[in-house]
Amino acid sequence: MTTLEPRMLEPEAPAAADAAPTGHDRMRVDAPAKVTGTAPYAYEQPVEEPLHLFPIVATIALGRIAEIDDADARALPGVRLVLTHANAPRIRVRTDAALTILQSSEVHHRGEIIGAVVADSPRVAREAAALVRVTYDEQPAELGFSIDDPRATVPRRVNAFKHGSYERGDADAGLTRGTLVEADYSLPMEFHSPIEPHAVTAIWHDVSALRPRSTRLTMYDTNQGTGGHGALLAPVLGLLPTQIEVISPYVGGSFGTKGWPWPHLVLVAMAAKRLTGRPVKYAMTRQQMFRTVGHRPASKQRIRLSVEADGRLGAIDHQSWAPTSRLRSYVDQTVSATRMMYDVADLRTIHHAVVQDAAPGSFMRAPGEFSGMFALETALDEAAHAVGVDPVDLRVRNEPAQDPETGKPWSTRNLVACLREGADQFGWAERQPVGARRDGEWLVGLGVASATYPNMYFVPNRAGVRFTGGRYVVELQASDIGTGAWTVLPQIAAEALGVGVDLVDADIGHTGLPWAIPAGGSVGTFAWGDAVVAAARKFRRTHGEHPDEGDHVTATGRMPRGSRGYSRHAFGAHFAQARVSTVTGEVRVDRMLGAFAAGRIINPRTARSQLIGGMTMGLSAALHEEAHLDERFGHVVNGDLAGYHVAAHADVGDLEAITLEEHDPWFGATGAKGIGELGIVGAPAAIGNAIFNASGVRLRDLPFTPDRLFDAWGQPTASGTRATSP
Amino acid sequence: MKPFAYERPTTVEEAVALAADGGTYLAGGTNLVDHLRLGIREADRLVDLTRLPLDEITERADGGLVIGSGVRNSDLAAHPLVRTRFPFVTQALVAGASGQLRNMATTGGNLLQRTRCVYFQDPTTPCNKREPGSGCSAVEGFGRYNAILGASEDCVATHPSDLCVPLAALDTEVVVVGPSGERRIAFGDLHRLPGDRPDLDTTLDPGELVLAVEVPPLDFAVRSRYRKVRERASYAFALVSVAAALDVHDGTVRDVRLALGGVSHRPHRARIAEEALRGRPATPDQFRSAIEAELGAASPGEHNAFKVPLVRNTVVDVLTGLTEGSAA
Ligand SMILES: Cc1cc2nc3c(=O)[nH]c(=O)nc-3n(C[C@H](O)[C@H](O)[C@H](O)COP(=O)(O)OP(=O)(O)OC[C@H]3O[C@@H](n4cnc5c(N)ncnc54)[C@H](O)[C@@H]3O)c2cc1C
Ligand code: SF4
Repeated sequence: MTTLEPRMLEPEAPAAADAAPTGHDRMRVDAPAKVTGTAPYAYEQPVEEPLHLFPIVATIALGRIAEIDDADARALPGVRLVLTHANAPRIRVRTDAALTILQSSEVHHRGEIIGAVVADSPRVAREAAALVRVTYDEQPAELGFSIDDPRATVPRRVNAFKHGSYERGDADAGLTRGTLVEADYSLPMEFHSPIEPHAVTAIWHDVSALRPRSTRLTMYDTNQGTGGHGALLAPVLGLLPTQIEVISPYVGGSFGTKGWPWPHLVLVAMAAKRLTGRPVKYAMTRQQMFRTVGHRPASKQRIRLSVEADGRLGAIDHQSWAPTSRLRSYVDQTVSATRMMYDVADLRTIHHAVVQDAAPGSFMRAPGEFSGMFALETALDEAAHAVGVDPVDLRVRNEPAQDPETGKPWSTRNLVACLREGADQFGWAERQPVGARRDGEWLVGLGVASATYPNMYFVPNRAGVRFTGGRYVVELQASDIGTGAWTVLPQIAAEALGVGVDLVDADIGHTGLPWAIPAGGSVGTFAWGDAVVAAARKFRRTHGEHPDEGDHVTATGRMPRGSRGYSRHAFGAHFAQARVSTVTGEVRVDRMLGAFAAGRIINPRTARSQLIGGMTMGLSAALHEEAHLDERFGHVVNGDLAGYHVAAHADVGDLEAITLEEHDPWFGATGAKGIGELGIVGAPAAIGNAIFNASGVRLRDLPFTPDRLFDAWGQPTASGTRATSP
Repeated sequence: MKPFAYERPTTVEEAVALAADGGTYLAGGTNLVDHLRLGIREADRLVDLTRLPLDEITERADGGLVIGSGVRNSDLAAHPLVRTRFPFVTQALVAGASGQLRNMATTGGNLLQRTRCVYFQDPTTPCNKREPGSGCSAVEGFGRYNAILGASEDCVATHPSDLCVPLAALDTEVVVVGPSGERRIAFGDLHRLPGDRPDLDTTLDPGELVLAVEVPPLDFAVRSRYRKVRERASYAFALVSVAAALDVHDGTVRDVRLALGGVSHRPHRARIAEEALRGRPATPDQFRSAIEAELGAASPGEHNAFKVPLVRNTVVDVLTGLTEGSAA
């Protein structure tokens, strides 16, 4: 095995001009424009004489629109258009019901878009939308789900093409060996809540009616991939992908909500079509961000596992139940990580889905791994406690030599090194027995949990390299959603071209570029990187070391030949110190350390942002995030950022990420793995496990709010003693 | 949001006249403007109060303070006399909202801010406070923030202000002026319990303008504390909060002021507990039985039952802390 050199990810001084292009700190090239407010985000793109749209949304969960009375809205000065199912353009390609809006009077969920007002100003549009009176014939909606829900079905496939159910060995027999640990876990519905809400400007260009193929639609949008958006929207709008130009250079965060086109884009495009030639703008309100742009579905999970006295796992039975929208099915791959994490011969993992009359869910940062690893890594802590084995040792003892699901060798797997190095640097040895450490009113404890994230690189990408003005430009449809693509793609290109990074620029974020997959599944840097390396090499082969102005190539990057023979994942370990107030039940996290082995680090500065960003989001999920879907109405009732809390600065204590030196040739030519999602996986479990170590209270439902501590204090604990608060 | 006229009077008389003529007072706007946007409130005419001469804090001859209704939350929190004589007022203010909001928010607006009940803020759900007679969605809905004291079948909302909790603990008076002249209202009489009129938050008459808040002197308030409980360490409304000032002599409670936030439709002055403590030993057991007496009337629901032990613990902790402080 290679020796692993830990590396502290602290911001360093930017690399010297003659340093190697990758592996060194590089400041974000887009930072000056962003911090000076000059980076044009979707809503700020300058357009001539725009009109403004505001949507009309359903206020019932299921039924039909009986009547829409828009007389008052139409009478308001400045109103240009009221769009409803009565007058909307027809959609012929109806492969995605969630995008097939305004085609009938049916209502599928509360908050569904049923119309829009377009007016001269945003204020008039909003006022007019409020004046539209809609009456409904309402039907009872199905909302709510439970473990063992009789309506549940097992999907053949869930998100990321994972199998709905998977078994090996004999789980029932395995569960009879050793100590049985059995518990239910739950996660609430969560919302991506990027700082920049969705926003779009659409222009349906005026063209001759005789030449429909010359129709063009321009959309300034905020999304994770312009090409993907264009390709998915085109058929819905009756266009060819080449007729849509999507422009999205700057994206104010996403976390998955901007990875897939949502119905408001169809709505704005429809309005633009009706108002051909005039730009139509729409900026989503924060409240609307909780309606039709996806969310992490709630989940309830049951884990039964057996553990031997030495900490070896006997068997695991891990099942999840989750709601899915009748309109568009989406089920997180919640129990899939359990299939490969540990050396368990007897295993059962099943996803159950319950159809609901609710808005569709979607992928949110580390979909599946995040939810499933919360339950699994908490259950492992319970197992460690049950047999009296140190939680770090227990994980090490169950390290599989190869992927137990596929039987393939690991491309690289350095979980044990992450656990050991992290434990060392964190001071894990100082961990006390449960409830033993007190600081005034606060009980203090330490917790650990593993992290993992799979390789999600499935399709080849294209990239171009152009030489112009004495500089190189790397061109592809990549998207920088705050991750640093603007900054690291030139680093990768510079290395492959053999020039200094200051000679390379990027051109990304619009459809006029070579095809690349959207920023998602944490593949951007290494999958786009493959295409960039391929294009750079081809450029040198074709144009040599002394190119002429305008020289240009495009090339395709493909997964390394033979990579499918390996099981490819990134790993990490979270360590957390939490404190619980015996007075108020408040939980605070003093410090967290994440140790990650995620291939080569191209740019330590942006990598650190990703990793501590993921950890912060994990902390936020652990302590705060909880959308309350009111089943009587069918919508989230705390849908704004005063009601849906995300971590604030004061919640984030001492946060550190370290990476272990690792080079994995089977992810791609850069040697890098994905890091965007790895940092969030397992973080809430580490915090929950720290809470247990601090207080003896085992919390199995996110988030860990004071009421949950009081609920636990009101009940006898598993060991029969009564945990009390003074 | 509907279009509205916007007036900027410079005298109180003008402002009151404009309000009598269909105007709505606008101070920092941090609450009102949100409501206009959300469509849960309409105004034809906004009367901006920020040019009125109401932004002073003055000291009364007896050592009390007169706080103009236009004083910004940040300025009130930072004022030397407030910080030294009534430290829990400063603590309450800085525990609230964010720096940016506190720079905008005024004393008058803070008193009159409306509940954060999620259904009140969502015009698509029934709410008796917003639309009398439509029903209360919170009783059987999202209930973690609901009231445990003084709620009615018609409304279980809580008053969200931090500032109001120490003001309720002090025997503050509110000076108001309306079309029929000036009057003074004891702080405890300003906010109402919901009863069958949850649409009315306060006892103010339509068009009445808050001029000032008068805080009488209270020597032992130099030893006072505000503790706010919330799952997020900053920038969150209280689950519950406690404001207390304690006067302990020879281990006996000579006097005490105690008020609770996050438990009722109005800032709750804990008079039963205060009464139970005067003249008694200043011990955690006494504090505990006093607050338990106060909470005897609590009627929590399923989602806010934790507030009862939470208030109890927090009160015991705050009073115990103040006792230890006085022994030192
Ligand atoms: C995100 C967020 C978080 C917050 N967190 C907290 C918190 O943690 N703790 C807390 O206490 N508060 C919090 N607040 C509320 C904030 O304190 C109030 O919005 C603010 O105090 C209101 O003051 P204002 O001057 O802006 O009032 P405005 O919004 O201008 O007015 C509020 C109401 O009072 C009326 N009014 C104002 N002044 C007068 C007057 N002199 N006479 C008669 N009527 C008047 C107005 O007509 C209106 O009805 C938060 C607010 C937000 C938006
Ligand atoms: S508690 Fe009061 S404010 Fe909330 S919904 Fe009920 S009536 Fe409305």
